Amino acid sequence: MEMPIPNASVLSAKARIVARLKAALPGDAVIDAPEEVRAYECDALTAYRCPPLAAVLPSSTQEVAAVLKICHDEGVPVVPRGAGTSLAGGALPTADSVILGVARMNEVLETDYDNRFIRVQSGRTNLSVTGAVEEEAFFYAPDPSSQLACAIAGNIAMNSGGAHCLKYGVTTNNLLGVTMVLMDGTVVEIGGAHLDAGGLDLLGVICGSEGQLGVVTEATLRILPKPEGARPVLIGYDSNEVAGECVSDIIKAGVLPVAIEFMDRPCIRATEAFAKAGYPDCEALLIVEVEGSEAEIDAQLGVISQIARKHNPVELRESKSAEESARIWLGRKSAFGAMGQINDYMCLDGTIPVSALPLVLRRIGEMSKEYGLDVGNVFHAGDGNMHPLILFDANKPGDLEKCEAFGADILKLCVEVGGCLTGEHGVGIEKRDLMGSQFTGPDMAAQMRVKDVFDPKWLLNPAKVFPLSVSEAHRSFAA
Amino acid sequence: MLSPVDEQDLSEAVAGAGGPLRIVGGGTRPVGRPVAGEVLSVAGLSGIELYEPGALTIVAKAGTPLAEVEAALAAENQRLPFEPMDLRGLLGTSGEPTIGGVVAANVSGPRRIQAGACRDSLIGVRFVDGRGTAVKNGGRVMKNVTGYDLVKLMAGSYGTLGVLSEVAFKVLPGVETRACVLLNGLSNADAVAAMSKALGSPFEVSGAAHSPAGMDGHPVTMLRLEGFADSVTYRAGKLRELLADYGDISVETDPDKVLAGWNWVRDVEPFHGRAGDVWRVSVKPSDGPEIAARAGGDVLMDWGGGLVWALVPEGTDLRADLGTFSGHATLIRASEETRARLPVFQPEPAPVAALTEGLRRQFDPRDILNPSLMGGASL
Repeated sequence: MEMPIPNASVLSAKARIVARLKAALPGDAVIDAPEEVRAYECDALTAYRCPPLAAVLPSSTQEVAAVLKICHDEGVPVVPRGAGTSLAGGALPTADSVILGVARMNEVLETDYDNRFIRVQSGRTNLSVTGAVEEEAFFYAPDPSSQLACAIAGNIAMNSGGAHCLKYGVTTNNLLGVTMVLMDGTVVEIGGAHLDAGGLDLLGVICGSEGQLGVVTEATLRILPKPEGARPVLIGYDSNEVAGECVSDIIKAGVLPVAIEFMDRPCIRATEAFAKAGYPDCEALLIVEVEGSEAEIDAQLGVISQIARKHNPVELRESKSAEESARIWLGRKSAFGAMGQINDYMCLDGTIPVSALPLVLRRIGEMSKEYGLDVGNVFHAGDGNMHPLILFDANKPGDLEKCEAFGADILKLCVEVGGCLTGEHGVGIEKRDLMGSQFTGPDMAAQMRVKDVFDPKWLLNPAKVFPLSVSEAHRSFAA
Repeated sequence: MLSPVDEQDLSEAVAGAGGPLRIVGGGTRPVGRPVAGEVLSVAGLSGIELYEPGALTIVAKAGTPLAEVEAALAAENQRLPFEPMDLRGLLGTSGEPTIGGVVAANVSGPRRIQAGACRDSLIGVRFVDGRGTAVKNGGRVMKNVTGYDLVKLMAGSYGTLGVLSEVAFKVLPGVETRACVLLNGLSNADAVAAMSKALGSPFEVSGAAHSPAGMDGHPVTMLRLEGFADSVTYRAGKLRELLADYGDISVETDPDKVLAGWNWVRDVEPFHGRAGDVWRVSVKPSDGPEIAARAGGDVLMDWGGGLVWALVPEGTDLRADLGTFSGHATLIRASEETRARLPVFQPEPAPVAALTEGLRRQFDPRDILNPSLMGGASL
């Protein structure tokens, strides 16, 4: 992975920069010893590592502003970091950068059930947002699978999704406002407890900007009343095409499930060996979950099962109890772990139009043979968000490169059939160099112009999202 | 008048423009500071380009009549989730609202509280920026975080950042039936409290509005339920139990009457044909009653109290009457003179205004796209 050459004048000024940071923050909030900064050398995309110049752990918006002002003065790149769970390398440092971690900022600032929002510091973990309101039977809807660990800051940066977004939307649909610090230290308030923007929708472009426009320190999030209950049905088919048709028919029938999950045979086999959830050995497996009262759930599952039966399933199992629901979800929830037992894996998240599902799965199968690497598919089928898991051996020379080439081919295929490179993980550095397959030069220029406005010196989260040659050309033209 | 028929044409029209352009779709929403300039009509870019009911997605050219989009969806028992309001009655305009106009103004309706705004259903755009360059952002799939989200930025930008040429939405299944729980005679404060209670329940309320003077002239609070018949009946019963303390409760189950009642709210029918200016104020729902009190005059509250429509005497600077509040007030209907004198959109704090102005300069460096319609430095 090509990264920019570190700024030599920043590297040589390390002592002064660190001294200024230490003067602005409590002593234990600045980390600069080489053996300690190593803890920040990568995120969950562990294939790429680079220790930063230093790391800071501020405790307030004011401290974040102080750090950014110093870094802005000194021309030091800053890499914001939530919990470091990015699968796309969104928090990968450069050697001349300061990591700005928000982990110490994890307080709940305000809960308001009448107005259905919670205001938190951005370092709070996703699951603990729900944890703060579940006593009152509320929850925070976006549920990325890393929700136990991932921070709201990172969720906002990547516009994270989850399994339940067919009904509840992704982060951007549940974010009402932010307090954000710009690279020059200016603090801005965007949005609030009210709905929608009074002028341009800045919140809309901040969410999903991968930490390149500002550092979000506080967030106002929409919370929702918990449904009375939820139960899934498990449906097995002998063909991916038929499973795809079933998904489409369910949607057309007017039922809006809260989740429709899809697993293919390699994934079913791996999870069976690992978790023994009692899944049928078939080509494609669907888990469809609905919400409501007991009677409402029965009625919706009845409609879904009726549709599913028309397509001759090899197995159809409606959950009647919490235990049965847990058993149906067990395999799906352990899918990643199961694949990880077999080998190292790379997880992609390209999205496709649901109608292209059979074609894309067939092509992935063919490419798997060409590359000689196994792949399993788990899939948010209702919204077309794929998760191909490519297995490789990190200790085998050349395997990672082969896996990356295979992954790139899958993502280009997603774009070709009308989809996109990433549905919920973000571009980061992982998909940076593929942006040209989805966007033209002018498409990317329009995005980079937003960056020019928020961070004119391009110091925030450098070398991500846009191919280096593209961003360098844009900046030299702008200058 | 410039009337491009495709995106290429549109690009050339913008690139070749010698001065300001006033961008028009169906011309049914003359909102904003009056713009003097050559009219650029997008109505020629029309037609549904792709509709996949099984994937809940539709793509249409920006000038496509909203009615055509809604009819295509209805034929497959689907709908736009955000229930766009029709401003013709309120503004006294005629013509055919376009889907691009809906996006440019980020127009939503009562279902906003449950299904999100127009910007939340919008999954892709194509537009031509102020240089005449065609740009794509987002796409036709409902989960997409590839690059920055200019889709949201374009929604509600009133043509000031670019001229939309194509828009894509995720849609929802239609509903089997609908019902409305009605609470009679509540004060604004009690109404908002009742609506908060309903919206905080698991019974999936898809509309929560209050009028101090309902269709029959008395205060009425409306809570809408939509879905399968048995489920709607069940939830209506649950809401009656939940709100028993609020007195006089009834349930309207005639779907046509329910639809008419919610169109009355959506399109702000109580203010149709009445003299005065109309403001739209978005606040935290529990602030709604105080906003209504400070506004004086007639109000209609939607979004559980979070959206206050206010009818005030012509030329009133409502923001002066409201004082400091958290949220925003937009002047939707007033004379050209008033809209030139008072900021139509809520003035922003300096650092935010600087970002907004920076974006406008980047996307429209010649300041020719609906200049100053939303306010800003060129005033």
